[in-house]
Order: sequence, then C-alpha cells, then structure tokens
Amino acid sequence: MFGKLSLSEIHYQDPIVMTAVVGSMLLGLAILALITYYGKWAYLWKEWLTSVDHKRIGVMYIILALVLLLRGFSDAMMMRGQQAMAVAGAQGFLPPDHYNQIFTAHGTIMIIFVAMPFLSGLINIIVPPQIGARDVAFPYLNAVSLWLTMAGAMLVMVSLGIGEFSKAGWSGYAPLTQLQYSPGSGVDYWLWALQLSGLGSLLTAVNFIVTIFSMRCPGMKLMRMPIFTWNALCTSILILFSFPVLTVALALVTFDRYIGTHFFSNDMGGNMMMYANLFWIWGHPEVYIVVLPAFGIFSEVVATFSRKRLFGYTSMVWATASITVLSFCVWLHHFFTMGAGPDVNFVFGMATMVIAIPTGVKIFNWLFTMYRGRIRFTTPMLWSMGFISTFAVGGMTGVLLAAPPADFVFHNSLFLVAHFHNVLIPGALFGYLAGYTYWFPKVFGFSLVESWGKWAFWCWLIGFYFAFIPLYVLGFMGMPRRMVFYDNPAWQTWLVIAALGSLLVAAGVLCHIIQLYVSIQRRNENRDLTGDSWNDGRTLEWATPSPPPEYNFATIPVVEDIDAFDDMKEKGTAYVRPQHYDEIHMPKNTASGLVNGILCFFFGFAMVWHIWWLAVASLLAIVAVVILRAADDDIFYTISASEVKEHEDERYRQLAAAGVSLPGAASAPLPPDQER
Amino acid sequence: MTPAQMSTHSDTAEVFEEHGTAGHQEFGFWLYLMSDLVLFSAIFATFAVLSESYAGGPTGAELFDLSFVFIETMLLLLSSAACGMAILAMHAGKDSRVLQWLALTFLLGLGFIAMELHEFQLLIAEGHGPGRSAYLSAFFTLVGTHGLHVASGLVWMAVMMYQVKTKGLSVMVQARMMRLSMFWHFLDIVWVAVFTVVYLMGAL
Amino acid sequence: MSSPCMRFLRSLSRPLSSPCTWMVFFSLLVLSGCSELVLLNPKGPIGETERFVIVVAFVLMLIVVIPVMIMAFLFPWKYRAGNVGAEYAPKWSFSAKIEAVIWIIPAIIVTLLGILIWNTTYAVDPYKPLESDKKPIEIEAVSLDWKWLFIYPEHDIAVVNELVFPTDVPLNFKITSDTVMTSFFIPQLGSQIYAMGGMETKLHLMAEEAGVYSGQNQQFSGEGYSYMHFKATATTPEKFSDWVAEVRGRDNSLDWQRYQKLQEPSLSYHPVTHFSSVAPDLFVSIIRQYHPHFGMDAHADDGHSMTETAQTAGSEGE
Repeated sequence: MFGKLSLSEIHYQDPIVMTAVVGSMLLGLAILALITYYGKWAYLWKEWLTSVDHKRIGVMYIILALVLLLRGFSDAMMMRGQQAMAVAGAQGFLPPDHYNQIFTAHGTIMIIFVAMPFLSGLINIIVPPQIGARDVAFPYLNAVSLWLTMAGAMLVMVSLGIGEFSKAGWSGYAPLTQLQYSPGSGVDYWLWALQLSGLGSLLTAVNFIVTIFSMRCPGMKLMRMPIFTWNALCTSILILFSFPVLTVALALVTFDRYIGTHFFSNDMGGNMMMYANLFWIWGHPEVYIVVLPAFGIFSEVVATFSRKRLFGYTSMVWATASITVLSFCVWLHHFFTMGAGPDVNFVFGMATMVIAIPTGVKIFNWLFTMYRGRIRFTTPMLWSMGFISTFAVGGMTGVLLAAPPADFVFHNSLFLVAHFHNVLIPGALFGYLAGYTYWFPKVFGFSLVESWGKWAFWCWLIGFYFAFIPLYVLGFMGMPRRMVFYDNPAWQTWLVIAALGSLLVAAGVLCHIIQLYVSIQRRNENRDLTGDSWNDGRTLEWATPSPPPEYNFATIPVVEDIDAFDDMKEKGTAYVRPQHYDEIHMPKNTASGLVNGILCFFFGFAMVWHIWWLAVASLLAIVAVVILRAADDDIFYTISASEVKEHEDERYRQLAAAGVSLPGAASAPLPPDQER
Repeated sequence: MTPAQMSTHSDTAEVFEEHGTAGHQEFGFWLYLMSDLVLFSAIFATFAVLSESYAGGPTGAELFDLSFVFIETMLLLLSSAACGMAILAMHAGKDSRVLQWLALTFLLGLGFIAMELHEFQLLIAEGHGPGRSAYLSAFFTLVGTHGLHVASGLVWMAVMMYQVKTKGLSVMVQARMMRLSMFWHFLDIVWVAVFTVVYLMGAL
Repeated sequence: MSSPCMRFLRSLSRPLSSPCTWMVFFSLLVLSGCSELVLLNPKGPIGETERFVIVVAFVLMLIVVIPVMIMAFLFPWKYRAGNVGAEYAPKWSFSAKIEAVIWIIPAIIVTLLGILIWNTTYAVDPYKPLESDKKPIEIEAVSLDWKWLFIYPEHDIAVVNELVFPTDVPLNFKITSDTVMTSFFIPQLGSQIYAMGGMETKLHLMAEEAGVYSGQNQQFSGEGYSYMHFKATATTPEKFSDWVAEVRGRDNSLDWQRYQKLQEPSLSYHPVTHFSSVAPDLFVSIIRQYHPHFGMDAHADDGHSMTETAQTAGSEGE
C-alpha cells in the first residue's frame, strides 16, 4: 500500500535532523497561522497561487530561492563546522552518513533550487517590460514551470524528514548511484527532484526564447535590447539544448535503479564513463546558465550607476553569444583525470581557455563603463564592484584548472572547490543579490534600506574571502574535497579560518533578513512614486509605475535607441500621455498550474517510495489536467479602455505630485549622490 | 483587479489572431521539438557507446527480424502520410475528412505500437530483456523512448479528434492540429534514424 | 550608517584587494608553510612538470588580472560622483583600440598557454612510461571499500594501505576498482587517475627524493571515503629489497578467498596488512568479475553467439 515507505524512515533518533524537521514544520505552521489570522487565503489564492502574471510568478520563484538559500547555507555552515573540528581522530559532530547527505544537498540546493529559481524569477519579472511587452508568450506554461520547480524543491525538503537525501554528491556519479552502492531512498529523491525542476526550466526556456524573439515592441531591434534581455535569451538557448541531456542522464540512472538495466554498472557491459559525459554535457552549460543572467544584471547596474551607456554593447553581445556556443565544447574538463588521453585532454583544455577570452572582454567592458562615468556607490553597484575583482581571481584559477597537467593535481581538491565557489558566488549570487536590491522597488513600490544592504555586502565580501582563500591554500596542501574527517593537523588552521569566514557570511545573511524587515516597516518613507526608482533608470522597465499594473504598459512603447528609457527621457518623450486607450486582453488566472505541480510532487514521492498505485494515479491525473486545460477556450479576460484610462490618469496624477516634469519640459537635472 | 467582462469563444479567437498567438505557439513547439531532438541524440550517443556491450548476451543480428521491422516502419510512414492528408483536409475546411484521416493515422500508429510491444514482449520472454546487457538496456531505452513518444502522440490525437468533433476547426484547434502533425512527422524522422542505426546497422 | 565608517571600510578594501598585498601574503605563506604546500614541493619529475605549468600559467594570467585589479579600484575611485573634477563622458561607449586590446591580448596569452599545455599534457600523460635506465617496478592498485590494495606482481607480495618503492625507479601503476569510481593520488609525486570497475587505467610516477608521502583517494566513494589514505614511502633500493624480503617472509597469502574477505566493506581505517604471496593473475581476475573477456583477444566483448560452437577464440563458455 505504501511501497517501501514505513515509519522507520523517519529518523527520530537523529537530533540534528529532527531539529531541522520540527523547526521547518513550526515555521510552516506559523506562516499558515498568520495567513489565517489576517484572513488572506482568498487573496493568496486569487493573486498568487493561481496567477499567470509573470511578475507574480517571478516573485514566487525568488521567494523559493531565498528560502532554499537559507537551507543550503546552513548545510555549508555545518560542513565548515565539521571540518574545523574533525582532525586526527576527532569525529566532529556529523557522522559520515549525515555529512555525505549534507554536502550533496548543499550542492543540489544551491545550483538547482537557489540559482535556477533566482535567475528564472528575475528574468520573469524584468524581461517582458524590458522589451516593452505585456507578458511572456505562454503565461500558463510559465505557471506550470514554477509549480514543477516547487514540486522538485518540496521533494528535497521532504527528504529531510522522511527517508534520506542522496549521499552521492550533487553530481551523482555512477556507479555510486547504483542500487547496490546506494540502496536507500536518497538517490531517488535526488533523481525525481531534478527531473521535475529540470522540466520546469526547459519549459521556461521555450517561453523566453519565443517571448524575446516574437514579442518585442516596435523599434526594439535585437541590437537595441538591454543586455539583461540578451543574456536571458542566451541563457534560455543554453537551457533548451542542455537540459534534455540531463533528462537522459538521470533517466538512465533511474532505469538502472528501477528496472535493472546496465547503463552505468561495473558489469554486464555498463559504462560509468558515459554517465560522466552525459552529466557534464549538461553540467557545464548549466554553470553558464547560472552565471549569464547575473552578468546581464551587472551590465544594467554598472551602466545605471555610472550614469553612462554600457561600454562595448556590440562586443558584449558577441562575447555572450560566443560563451553560449563554447560552453557546449568544454565538458570534458570536469574529468581530465578519467584517462581520455593527451589529445582529447588538450583539445578540451584549449576550448576551456578560449572561453576565458570573451569572459575577460565582458569584465573590461564593465570597467570601461565606469571609466569617465559619474559613479554612485549604491548597494547594487557595490555588489558589482565586489564581483569584478573577486571573479577575476576565480577566472584565473579556472584557467589554471583548464591546463590538464595542473588539473591532474588539483582535481577534486579544495582548490577546485575554492575555484568554483569563487566564480559562482561573486559571478552568480552577487549578481542575483544586486538584481534583488536593484529591482525590489520596481516590484514592491518601495526601496530596501541601503544601510543594511551595505552591511550585508561587506559581510558577504569579506566573509567570502575568509571562507575560500584558505581552501586554495588547502588545495596546494593536497586536501581532497568531501572529507568528513582527516589526519593532517596542518590543515586544521585553514579550515578554522574558513569556518570563521562562513560565520561572517552568516552575518551577511542576517543583515539581509533584517534589511527586509526594516524596509517593510519603513516602506512609507521609501515609496517609489515615479517608477524610476533610482532616478537613473535607462531601460524600459523603469518606464512603468512601481509596482506595474498587470498589463505593464497601457500603450506599447516605441523604441529608437539602446537604453530606450534614457533615450526617451532625453528626448522628452518618456511620460507622454496618450490621446486614447485601447482595451487590453490579459490571460486569466488558473489553478491548473498549481494542481499540476501538486500532482507532480505526489508522482515523484510515489516513485521514490515505489508506491505504484499512487504513481499511476498521479500520472493519469496530470494527463487529465493537461487535457482539461487544453480544452478550455475561455482563457482571456478584458480590461476595458475606460478602466485602463482610470488607472493611467491616477498614474499621471502621482507623477505630477512627485514633481516629474511631464513632456514639454527639458529632462530633470542629475540628482546629487544620495544615500536613502 | 476584477475582470471587466468575461471573454467568450469568439473573443478568444479574436485575441488569438490579434496577438499572433498561433505563430508563437508554433515557434515554441519547434523549440520543444529541437530539445526533443537533443534528448534523442543523447540516447543515440549512449546506444552507440554501448552498441557492442553484449556481456555475453545476444547481438542485434541474432535478435532482429528485419521483415517485422519493415512492416512496422511502413505502418508509421503511412500514418505520417495520413496525417498529412488530415492537415490538407483541415486547410480545406472539411471537418469530417479531417476526422477520417486522423482516425486512419491513429489506427496505423496504434498498429506500430502494438507490433513494438509484441517485439518487446517476445524478447523479454526469451530472457533478452533490458537487464540482460548494456546493449539491450540501450536498445530498449532508445526504441522504447520513441515508442513512448508515439503513444503520447496517440493520446493527443484522440483528444484532437474529440476537439475537432466538438469545437470544429476553430483557430485554436487548427493551431493544435498543426503542432500535432509536426510532432507526428518528427517522430517519423526519428524512427528512420532508429531503424537505420539500431536495426539495419545492428543486423549487418 | 555613517559616512566616515563607510569611507574607512572602503579605504581598507583597497589594500586588502591590491595585488601587492596578496603577493606579499602568498610569499609569506609559501615561506612559512613551505613543506606543507605539497603541490609546490613535488618530489618527482611528473609533479615537477605540473608545478611548472601551475606557476607559468599563473604568471601569464597576472598579465590580465593585475590590470583588472588596478582598474577595478582606480576607476570607481577616480570617477566617483563626488569627484566633480573627473571627466564625465556619458555617451562614450566604444573604442576600437580598447576592443582590439581586450580581445587580442587575452588571445595571445591563451595561445602561449596553448603551447605550454600542448607540450606538458603529452609530457605528463599518465599512460606514458617514464624514461629511465632502471627497470620499472610494476604495481597493481585496487580500490576497495574503503581501502587500497597494492599488488606487486613481480615480487609476489601485496599490501593494504601502504606503498613502498625505491627512489629513482619508474613506477608503472595499473589501477582498477572493485567498488565504485575512485581516484589514485599521491599529491607530492604528481598526477592522479581514476580507478574504475571492470577497467584498467595506468599511471607512471617516480620519486626522486626519499621520504614518506601521503596517498589518498581523491574521488568520493561513499561512507568510508575519508579512511582511504595511505603512506607511500620512497626509500633506497637496498631498503626496498629488504622490505620486500621481510614481507615475503610472513606467512600470509592473498588467495581468492582471502581477497573476497578483503573486498567486504570495512567501515573504519583498515590497518596496514602485508601479504607474503599473491594468487597469480589476481588483478586481472578482479577486473574479469565485471568484464569477463578483459585482457583477451582484440574483440574483448564480442557477443556470445548462441549458435556458435566453443571454438570461438577467447570464449569462456558462459
């Protein structure tokens, strides 16, 4: 009836696990209680859970990312704590079984359930207004993607309390993931969580490629698009062509575990090297998927706060495009030590080094954007500056690792761990945090308190250096990754420093939490009254009010240059009041995305525990939901022209009250550098 | 924001035309098909790597009945042709013809699936199932994934026949039919690759 | 959040991130923890080549990284909004000269790196035997859960979790796994290579200096992964022969049954164990558990035809 599931799968005797489980459940219950107390269920259902609005969907993605960031980061602190203690016979506080789940969960969560939702969320919120569109091409599919990702995340969360998570590392190498070597439920949770969220990501990619190619406003030629949108396009192309390979890699492992095939077993003709190839053919593009949107954010932020056009727009586009193509040509550098031979190793080593060229070009372009600019050190700008210098180190160590002879001694050491965190944290996370701060006022109508944001930044930046530079040193000292305990006392000093660094980062996380709380308290003082939240907005999303109405633009803008909004402000066409308004058709809300997601969660859970009747039932229900939705032709609603006019009139009243000079007058003078 | 007025069927069709939705859907579906192509490529690559990993078990030459596969192939090819006829009838606005050609497409596709299931069942009964060797794992996965796609197409086809019958050839229904036909022809092309690489090259 | 505080922190960040500071820091590091930075202190020719690659590549990269660091601090400082004297050119966004430099200089560096790694990748190819006038020692390494078994086929001995070999003699490793994928690595001698079930990988190393070096598994392999370390002792040829003789003198043979017991997972550090004799072709037999035709004719994994007779070459009649 319940497959392999039994009460013994709940680990009552493990204090850390039970604390985490009970803690999460209490937090969840508290949130449910608060929603009930404030009577917000109807609001939540109507405005969020059944929404197909890209802005709402984007916010939900980011909430997921931030919550999972807390879990992934707790995993990191536990790892640092364990390693700081467990030297020369000391066992630390985590037995190997537990430690192995923690580092697996840490990697899986950070890449798949923090970085991917964060970038999907930001792309969702910002790309449509940046191209002057009202929504994405497929709003319903957008909701489906979100809830698929949520289903995957829920599986990872549930694995904390029921059963266990995978202990095979986030990359899940064969044959460690074979049933023989990983008999528990862990690898199965990992497989299904990744399959579900992977499907969500693939559908998002389709959505955004069509949106960007087909729904740009008049005048928005491809070479006039904001760089963030360009990067979103390249990211989507990467997703489209890489995720199917992950699907196959995971499916083959699934077949090995469920029906006894021999794709990756030691015997019967299995070839574990094929797994490594398939995984990394996805895995390498994946890291560029994670980094490119952040690069796009940096392009926007640096130009805005240097009050200057981005340097080298065309070469930025070409650099991004070449990174997109090249990222499919380097995957073998993840396993130079598997014995491919010097010719093969050399080719992939060279390809990897070549990809550093366009990446370097982008860094120089950001630097030259600042050159002869008028720079405001706002929080997003600080994140960008912290990124540039720190990422340069990470890029350098990447090129070192790209040399096969060097990799032969660095592979799987803490040097490698330091390198990839050195590119992922400044490269991706700093970018997302910059984007979060930068676009927060647009989404919520009030800005985040700058002071706490800056404290958060400094804690993160300095904490990062203390946490990861020691790992480079340890790599040179020969320390491998994923050690639960070790013998060499000389390693411990560095691990203690790294642990202290992680505490500093924790302080940064705390600053962010405080920032959010304080900003909500002070929201009325920090309202964005014009839509141009930072006063220096250059791209079209700043032309909308904060928050924008569901239709984004009452009239679709017409674009004449790069940095369309800045161009309009200069020409005095930014706030032209239209003569008349047309009715607007928007997609209706629907519960089918949410229902689908819930059914997918049950399907995944059933597959993990071999509850076959539930798996079949969920699958049939999913098919039914899809068919029923497809049969529904009543999918639009209309906002009448008079309603639109009413809304827009209110907007112009606000603009006037805020002192914005409406068309006819020259553009407003540059505001002095100010801290909010 | 409360909707000012509920939209109706005809409104939806108008919005479709106005927003160019059918074109977006077709483009989006092409993109999905290309990703599906990548999926098949990865499985093909796996098959190629494992194509001689017999583990002491049977080879393709020992297992495959090429005349059986030929009939299977013809069924699928003919169903593609029937699908093409259905689309022509759709462009001509002939609802009942569309239904007839779709029904023929469906039956031929069903025949293909039935033959494939029969082949699998025979192999498994003789002990040459997917767990026998890496080669057979790859064989069953490649052919089986294609078969699963065809089966899903059949479900979609049944739904479309129902929609054509109940809603007629509206803008939305026609757009769906186009996508279904793209899917069906795509699967045909993949099958050509499958029987060439797996059956013909395996048997020779 | 007061401005003087922010200015102070910002002023700290410049020296903290200036390349000079880091170079001093690293030099001190190297001097103080020299012996512990094993990758910079290789004891054999492979490791030396690899260190050479690391250092040269690092220095070449500095050609790009140092200017980036300088600009990353100079530009924001000079062009901060408060510095009204600085030139402000809001539309300046293209320069052919700059574009040329930022594409071409890195391309040149990558080309130079390419020459470096072309030569060195072939030089340290794990499968390439080392040049020496001494006869190499064959060692067969098998990774198990969670320990290493080293077989010396020419000396008919085997050891668990310990390696001993003479200096200045090439070591020809053949490596496999009787569990999941692992990685055989002695950091101070050079390269690692994966060990995989049903397969044989090869590694060629040599020690030029006597000493006791750490060896380990560098590819995560499950619960007992952290136990998979061993000592690799490089010693004089005489002491090595003595050691071999001493091991041979013990009464502990590694036959297939004993090996099966050894193969069972052990969830703690497996103590160093010596075997005075080894079943013939043990290494190949271990591989043949997974790949029955390993090491036979060219068509190692031909399908076993159900209609073929037993005359088929290499067939084991399964």
